[in-house]
Amino acid sequence: MEEHISTYQPKSAFERWLDARLPIVRFSADLMEFPTPRNLNYWWTFGGILAFCLGIQIVTGIVLAMHYDPSGAGAFLSVQRTIMRDVNYGWLVRSIHANGASMFFLAVYIHIARGMYYGSYKAPREVLWLLGCVIYVLMMATAFMGYVLPWGQMSFWGAKVITSLLGAFPVIGDPITKLLWGGFAVDSPTLNRFFSLHYLLPFIIAAVVALHIWALHVPGNNNPTGVNVKSKADTVPFHPYYTVKDMFAVSVFVIVFAIFIFYLPDALQKTDNNIEANPLVTPAHIVPEWYLLPFYAILRAIPDKLTGVLALAAALGSLFALPWIDTSKVRSKRYRPMARNLWLIWVVGVFILGWCGSQEPDGHVFPGGAGPVFIDYGINTVTWLSRIAAIYYFAWFWAITPLLGFFETTLPVPDSLATPVLSHPATVPAGAAAAPQTKG
Amino acid sequence: MVDSVAHPVADHEGPTDEGRRDFLYLATAAVGGAGVVAIAWPLIDQLNPAADALALASIEYDLSKVALGQEVTIAWRKQPVFIRHRTQAEIDAAVRDDHAPMKDPATDASRVKPGHAQWLIVSASCTHLGCVPTFKGGDYGGWLCPCHGSVYDTSARIRKGPAPKNLYLVPYAFLSPTKVKIG
Repeated sequence: MEEHISTYQPKSAFERWLDARLPIVRFSADLMEFPTPRNLNYWWTFGGILAFCLGIQIVTGIVLAMHYDPSGAGAFLSVQRTIMRDVNYGWLVRSIHANGASMFFLAVYIHIARGMYYGSYKAPREVLWLLGCVIYVLMMATAFMGYVLPWGQMSFWGAKVITSLLGAFPVIGDPITKLLWGGFAVDSPTLNRFFSLHYLLPFIIAAVVALHIWALHVPGNNNPTGVNVKSKADTVPFHPYYTVKDMFAVSVFVIVFAIFIFYLPDALQKTDNNIEANPLVTPAHIVPEWYLLPFYAILRAIPDKLTGVLALAAALGSLFALPWIDTSKVRSKRYRPMARNLWLIWVVGVFILGWCGSQEPDGHVFPGGAGPVFIDYGINTVTWLSRIAAIYYFAWFWAITPLLGFFETTLPVPDSLATPVLSHPATVPAGAAAAPQTKG
Repeated sequence: MVDSVAHPVADHEGPTDEGRRDFLYLATAAVGGAGVVAIAWPLIDQLNPAADALALASIEYDLSKVALGQEVTIAWRKQPVFIRHRTQAEIDAAVRDDHAPMKDPATDASRVKPGHAQWLIVSASCTHLGCVPTFKGGDYGGWLCPCHGSVYDTSARIRKGPAPKNLYLVPYAFLSPTKVKIG
């Protein structure tokens, strides 16, 4: 934003009057004019998709709060009977909100993966990356508390397990869990405060999103080549080029979203959550929502409570540290073949962790027996597979990524981001300006 | 005469005055900080268990309802508690393992009341992350936690898995051979 000179011209007497007092139209006009790299591909549309998701969650959430009863005695019925059966279109609003959380995480994981692949976290975009990590953590906190609100069996036991994580810390653990619960167990006071915070946090997220966009507009967008924008010829105005592209992407995203809302409304839900919370009985197989499964697997892989909790925190913390761990001078993994392959293995590892998180700890990976016992579990168990995947998860962050910067051979990086665009066979000849949607 | 006029002026400027200013800054910050802490404490402490949650009613339970080899889960302070009527085989198995390597070593005798070895009364919250373990699971004849696979033996001692401690004992006393008061 700073280097970008405002081109806004007030068109009427009123706009001139307002511009001298609150230049909000100028602000919006400058946002729309923002020079954006001409070669952004569809992976870059997920920022817009995420803004859309946040808006949907806030609007549907406000509606649900009008009918929801945040008390231990009334919560379950207010969701299962009032909202799902009695309120006009309550079923629709809840389906959008519940599946919207999953869609939000789907989009954020693609957005994070895009940033990792193209090196968007590297200087000068470290603060932009950190703010993104903060948003991600806030999203997890919000989603977790939202999951508790229907007050079913999974809600209750999920709340108990996650809040008990803090009990792992010596001395302060116990007082903190009591403080969080407002009692000696997860109960009505816990539900009440979670509801209050679940309503608050999305607005905090919106504020951090504003900072995230601000931090984006200082250095400007990264792009698939990772090469800095060198001249105006490398950019196009955000509007209409990327507004239209983002709108198309959102439309496709909404189709997938709608399939879940209307045809698979319960596909991502555990049936146990349609049983009211019972503090005396834990469901036989308790798992978190799909988007938390890899972290759950890391927690479970470690046989010690405190170490497990610390590993869980470190798994997230590593993401924050990425800009300083990566020593490579080249941003985009397009020109780092070795880094690309090792990163793709990391992605596969995260999927494996996710699968492990959904299975029983002593379940078998391959059909047959558990195999010979090594330390505590058979080598063919989910526990050992998650241990191997967790080791790779951390090794990628703390050994592979810092060392690669020194040892890898990178491919030649283009002089400017226009070069690969213009040499791309599918591109219209140079001089025709309307070629921003070229996929690199 | 000139000196006597000039001196008081000099006293108001220079180092003395800056010292006063620093003092004012520090004093303001200290008072302001104390104010912030004073208002933050009620805002944090309100999260703690309220008086109604703290009013811990003790409960009485009639043990004659629990048959030999049976187990009931009851709520005390809204937390689940196991009352297990142990068979002789379970007690023997627990005593046999008294000196086996354990994460949280304890003898079976220390986990029951003297003369009431058949009654095991413990908190039913797994000491890992609070799930309620299920009986007849795991390799030690006791409980298996469905959440993260902690295995407890017939004395509810942790034998395998991520839980750090044995299932906690709850305070209770026998009012009569068939009646206990928990809490």
